[in-house]
Amino acid sequence: MVDSNGLSIHDRPNSYIGRSVPRPNLSRLLKGRGSYADDVKLPRMVHVAFLRSPLAHADIVKIETDKASSASGVIAVYNGKDLAKVCSPWVGVVTHLEGMRSPPQNLLAVDRVRWQGEPVVAVVAQTRALAEDAIELIEVKYKELPLAVDMKTALDDDTEVIHKEYENNLCWERNVNAGDVDAAFAEADVIVEEEFQFGRHTGVTLESRSIVADYDPGEEMLTLYQSTQAPHMKQALFAKHLELDEHKIRIICRDVGGAFGLKAHAYGDEFATAAISKILGRPVKFVADRMESFLADIHARDHVVKGKIGVSKAGKILAIEIDDLTGIGPYSVYPRSSGMEVNQICNLTGGPYKFDNYRARGRVVFQNKPPMCQYRAVGHPIAITVTEGLVEMAASAIDMESIEMRKLNMVADDDYPNKTVSGIPLENLSHQASTDKLMEMVNYKEIRDEQKKLRKEGIYRGVGFAALIEVTNPGPAFYGVGGAPISAQDGCSVKLDAKGNLIVGTSITEQGQGAESVISQVVATAVGITPDKIKVISGDTENTPYGGGTWASRGTGIGGEAAAKAGKVIRDNVLDVAGILLQSEPNTLDIQNNQVVNKSDGAERMSVAEISRVVYYRGDTLPKDFQAEMMAVQHYFPKSYPFAFTNSVHCCHLEVDVNTGFIKLLKHWAVEDCGTVINPQNVDDQVRGGVVQGIGGALYEECIYNEQGQLLNGNLADYLVPMAVELPDIVVGHVESKTFESDLGAKGAGEAGTAGAPAAIMNALNDALMPFDVRLTRQPFTPQKVLEALGKL
Amino acid sequence: MSKFVQVTTTVNGENVSRSVEPRTNLVDFVRYDLELTGSHVGCEHGVCGACTIRLNGEIVRGCLVLAAQADGGVVETIEGLSESGKISDLQDSFLTRNAGQCGSCTPGMLLTADSLLEENKAPTRTEIREYISGNYCRCTGFEAIVDAIEMTSKKRRGGS
Ligand code: FES
Ligand code: FES
Repeated sequence: MVDSNGLSIHDRPNSYIGRSVPRPNLSRLLKGRGSYADDVKLPRMVHVAFLRSPLAHADIVKIETDKASSASGVIAVYNGKDLAKVCSPWVGVVTHLEGMRSPPQNLLAVDRVRWQGEPVVAVVAQTRALAEDAIELIEVKYKELPLAVDMKTALDDDTEVIHKEYENNLCWERNVNAGDVDAAFAEADVIVEEEFQFGRHTGVTLESRSIVADYDPGEEMLTLYQSTQAPHMKQALFAKHLELDEHKIRIICRDVGGAFGLKAHAYGDEFATAAISKILGRPVKFVADRMESFLADIHARDHVVKGKIGVSKAGKILAIEIDDLTGIGPYSVYPRSSGMEVNQICNLTGGPYKFDNYRARGRVVFQNKPPMCQYRAVGHPIAITVTEGLVEMAASAIDMESIEMRKLNMVADDDYPNKTVSGIPLENLSHQASTDKLMEMVNYKEIRDEQKKLRKEGIYRGVGFAALIEVTNPGPAFYGVGGAPISAQDGCSVKLDAKGNLIVGTSITEQGQGAESVISQVVATAVGITPDKIKVISGDTENTPYGGGTWASRGTGIGGEAAAKAGKVIRDNVLDVAGILLQSEPNTLDIQNNQVVNKSDGAERMSVAEISRVVYYRGDTLPKDFQAEMMAVQHYFPKSYPFAFTNSVHCCHLEVDVNTGFIKLLKHWAVEDCGTVINPQNVDDQVRGGVVQGIGGALYEECIYNEQGQLLNGNLADYLVPMAVELPDIVVGHVESKTFESDLGAKGAGEAGTAGAPAAIMNALNDALMPFDVRLTRQPFTPQKVLEALGKL
Repeated sequence: MSKFVQVTTTVNGENVSRSVEPRTNLVDFVRYDLELTGSHVGCEHGVCGACTIRLNGEIVRGCLVLAAQADGGVVETIEGLSESGKISDLQDSFLTRNAGQCGSCTPGMLLTADSLLEENKAPTRTEIREYISGNYCRCTGFEAIVDAIEMTSKKRRGGS
């Protein structure tokens, strides 16, 4: 929002934008003073634990709960049918993914279980331990059913159909056709094809999903302390399914111990906790333990993609074709659906490059595994690994440096605005500048020279690149148009208190990425108040404006712009009062460092605190026809573009021990263009944290299932996540191409690390193993897979 | 067999005595019985380090130690170490370097870092990475944490 003088937030004196201000809420966390949902303790609070299905597909013949009901400390026991009377089932489809289908899903299984870990019985007791004891006393008789576990056979004629109302296990299919793909392949000098696999993994937030539900029958009011990233969405869902008035549901999420997308979905166990609180009229707590998190949190990825690229001898990309298959468990997840990942893959493949011919098919199938849904960088690691894997192979087939082939095909920086081959509008990207910057950071020639030298000594190092586009700042096109109650706009309230401090409410949420810090820096800049005088409130539906929350890299770009707008209104309102008190024209004044100053010479005229004092206590000294407004609320969502795309380019350098199969990451570089950088240190750490989650998926993390649909490594000892010792230092660089949609110009930065790291790692690994003429394309790249590829296992 | 055991211990300098179920582990004891919720629980099977607590001067995994084992002992949690100021320089470095994001791992990480710096005044980055490898962090990618520990060790040695 440029003001009447044509000045933008970037022209403000004393800007906090672009400064690595320490995060105000971190001090509290460092002293153990965080307030997570499991830290909440309320009078008469009881605890719920769930008996979960041990089988992946079975009819429930009988549930025997008498012994559990009379066990020590037990207050109530509920099965799926009991809770279905209080909370209606949901359907996880969005209408804009046309043709998608998924049947109604109950909180707890009714009559049939469809994945190992599906909740079956809820036991409420005085303590969690007593509830777990009572669970041991429940007997459930199951009749096992044939299974549809492997997504690759889920659509076969002889595979069990999980939902009898459908003729097969297809949830959704999307097809994209652009240009003339067959003609382009016919024309291509070189065609390469490969199949890429992506292991099913999960989010492993260190704080597991947690909720305390407190229903007050007097007020018919449900207060939920929940670890979530979308409070208003949850409010709408709880209201709908528990048949409560939306304004009588309050979601409070103070500290959230990591979310990564997995806390943006509806979970049966959490809704059951709220339903039970409604039945009992007292507070009920549920905290998932780690083992049940592995079975009950959403899983992610789990794709197999056939990819094909056709290029000319000169290295021009002529056509790309992909065929993606993903298994999403027995239900599409509510309310965002489990089709988004495939949708993104179809949209993003080939993203950085200019080419005209593209065909994509994406199929989403039901299977007897836990539900799969959006996790950090939704779809990106897959689309990017496929694209960049194909580009790498094509480059090597025509004997061209892959980075040169990328540069040759990239959409030029001055060719934006542009569109992807499938027609998605792209506003302002910087592939060329980012790649140049990356190559300045990476000592590429040295790495290549050293690689040659070391190979002679039996040491195998490799270097790999990945360029990408990333979806951030989604507008209503993401979910709202599909009927999901998910706000694409965000709001910010700014209130001047009686001492010249600002109380700021934001509808975006904080999960550690620095949302509150961003809001505070933007408001500080927009108003002219120092950050120490700003208190930011987030994560409370009753005390913040309405909005979407923090997911899809949208907090800074959307919530930040709302904060800039609200801050500007307050500045103008304060200056109106100042103008009266100082008998000056308001537009000759400004606010800097908590003081009203002359715009012309910066001379201090009076403090903002003094204005507060007058407004609140001595309104009698102001003109009768003037009313000061010291609180402002503004909202924002992007209107010209459905998303603000960002771009990024990664490089990975690693070493493979060809005797043990172990991969050692030596260094990782990422250049990220997220538009305006508000807090450089935060952004860099977002990129680093994201890269490490990408490393997790590429090298370590996988939910390993057997043919019976049983998870074999559902605990943190057997499911590997990246540890400090195996990680390299990660060098982050920036190019700043602002979005022109907003004054702030910020795009998202939270996911590009996760998006690009796996592709760069895969390319580096295959580069390292070039002398052996092998190629690995199935993530995670475990030592075992490396040795198998080398024929040593 | 008595259903409860009496645990008498010093926690952050205060004498406390509670009767608890024998199976109660130390982190649940401090979190739920003593309402010291700064110690976290990430896995309950000794892998993630979120539950790191000092018992008799040594860091332990609060989920693997029974509350009863702390009987007669000295327990220190993040709350006590914060109030005493013992780790304030570490906390400052973590703040400046943004070495905590969601804060789940952070108290355990600080206790582990403190223990490292007691054992090794001048750890290399690799030594830091090795020492904190039993503390999982899902947010930061660890580099900021390594930086913050390195900063603190330099400061303690009188460097910048
Ligand atoms: S909770 Fe104790 S090590 Fe994870
Ligand atoms: S800061 Fe979130 S787990 Fe470490």
